[in-house]
Amino acid sequence: MSLKLADVHRIADLARIEITDAQAQEAAKQLNDILAMIEQIGRVDTVGIVPMSHPLDGAQRLRPDAVSETPDREQNMANAPAQRDGLFLVPRVVE
Amino acid sequence: MRPLSAMACSLCRGSSNDAHGKAAGVSELAHASLTELGAMLERREISAVELATYYLARIDRHRDLNAFLDVRAEPTLAQARAADARRAAGEKGALLGVPVAHKDIFVTRGWHTTAASRILEGYSSPFDATVVQALSQAGMVCLGKLNCDEFAMGSSNENSAYGVVHNPWDRDAVPGGSSGGSAAAVAARLAPIATATDTGGSIREPASFSGVTGAKPTYGRPSRWGMIAFASSLDTAGLLAVSAQDCALAFNAMLGFDPKDSTSVDRPQEDYTRHLDIDLRGLRIGVPREFFAAGLEPEVEAAVRAALREYAALGTQIVDVSLPNSALGIPVYYVVASAEASSNLSRFDGVRYGYRAKHYEDLLDMMRKSRAQGFGAEVKRRVLVGTYVLSHGYYDAYYLQASRVRRVIADEFQRAFQRCDFLAGPVTNGVAFGFGEKSADPVAMYLSDLYTVPTSLAGIPAMSVPCGFGRLGRPIGLHLMANHFDEARLLGVAHRYQCITDWHTRVPRGY
Repeated sequence: MSLKLADVHRIADLARIEITDAQAQEAAKQLNDILAMIEQIGRVDTVGIVPMSHPLDGAQRLRPDAVSETPDREQNMANAPAQRDGLFLVPRVVE
Repeated sequence: MRPLSAMACSLCRGSSNDAHGKAAGVSELAHASLTELGAMLERREISAVELATYYLARIDRHRDLNAFLDVRAEPTLAQARAADARRAAGEKGALLGVPVAHKDIFVTRGWHTTAASRILEGYSSPFDATVVQALSQAGMVCLGKLNCDEFAMGSSNENSAYGVVHNPWDRDAVPGGSSGGSAAAVAARLAPIATATDTGGSIREPASFSGVTGAKPTYGRPSRWGMIAFASSLDTAGLLAVSAQDCALAFNAMLGFDPKDSTSVDRPQEDYTRHLDIDLRGLRIGVPREFFAAGLEPEVEAAVRAALREYAALGTQIVDVSLPNSALGIPVYYVVASAEASSNLSRFDGVRYGYRAKHYEDLLDMMRKSRAQGFGAEVKRRVLVGTYVLSHGYYDAYYLQASRVRRVIADEFQRAFQRCDFLAGPVTNGVAFGFGEKSADPVAMYLSDLYTVPTSLAGIPAMSVPCGFGRLGRPIGLHLMANHFDEARLLGVAHRYQCITDWHTRVPRGY
């Protein structure tokens, strides 16, 4: 299966990455090379094998739902590209 | 300056000059091991401030390597003064006042953290990563932040947004990646030890290419808190250093359970130096035959086989083992790691932190442009691959199948460990390549990690230990692997080899 230009645009859109037609052309070639390499995994018979999502088969540990620390809002927002009055500023989304 | 005395290792008897041959240059302070630096501080032959000042000057003198991304004398010297004050107050510790440099994947207060990406240019973390904090608590003095591949994605350090790092052994060669800055800094002795991260080989491959010792512990032993996430089921913090012994000392402070990391393993604290004098007689080293596949450079094979003969001479039994599906590690890895990366990197949207495009139409356009302009080519490629393999209709064929084959590969390691105690082979199929040699072909670059990726998928500890020089005089690493949680013995196995060889003490000319 080979990715077409439209597929690359759709994937880039899902990934929220702007991509030009020229870039999509180049990406299609590279992604197809990578996917061709990846296709090899289909050859392994994995019937009955449980997918491995953690190398030690560890389970997600939960912590008590309790306050553990008090965030410093000013410090945590210091890296924001645009902010005012403790709020992150973004282009208007509701008219 | 007084001659440095050797560390108490019953096997490296006498001065390190006898045991380590080429270490005659040890009269140069920078060539001292972590252990020796700790001993000098303990004897008050040097202060932490003097040591930090000395390394900062070396870093400045070798700026052309581009190993460091952020160096600031002020916080470094403040940490050094604090270490000296702790010593003056009677505190002792092997690491107290010893310098360390951190890969720019670990967030640090006092230095910018960028993950070598434009999207995080100028980012100041409000907290320290657990690994950084743990080493700092042990009294280690941070020298600055080290260059790497953007978000640790790469095998050559050519994917850094802030320029390539040169290999101190050969300026035309890559230092390896993704921890290229860490490897080059230790190889050039700009830091006695450096933190690094390994997702698919990012500690061992640069260690091999740059002629230094690299150690990746069991997945889950080091905390991932504050380590900028790439592929969360694989990301493992580790070290690049001069010797296995130095790694063991620093692991004592660095590894341990962290409630802030939900995949951190809750096990008792260990002394990682306790098996340094391990008796090798009767131990079995398995050699996976698949690790000597076509394409392996003859000099690399010869150096690895020679190292195996050294182990045999020390009483180790060498056994033939097989990891039949290990070559599928690369395709499995590029599904699993890319999928996890596409999810992890969705947090970079130009809203809460990081780069925001200057011109845009609306919120969605702002995110699309910020990510397009902020991420480099390789990062975008992997996010696209990851998005695709997780997308509707493809998840089962790609992600689920890859996760199943991952278990097949991990099970093969377990079968091999029924026949042997450790595994050994080459780290890479060749020595460091030149700039631009593989960067035009992503798949060729990915294959650099053929021998390192399977162990990452299995989550087992592994090392690269210098074992010779190959084509163009470039370094070769011996790959040593152990089963889960067996890193103390693994470090011992590496240390025993370093007691009878001097490859790890060699320093590139001019450094």
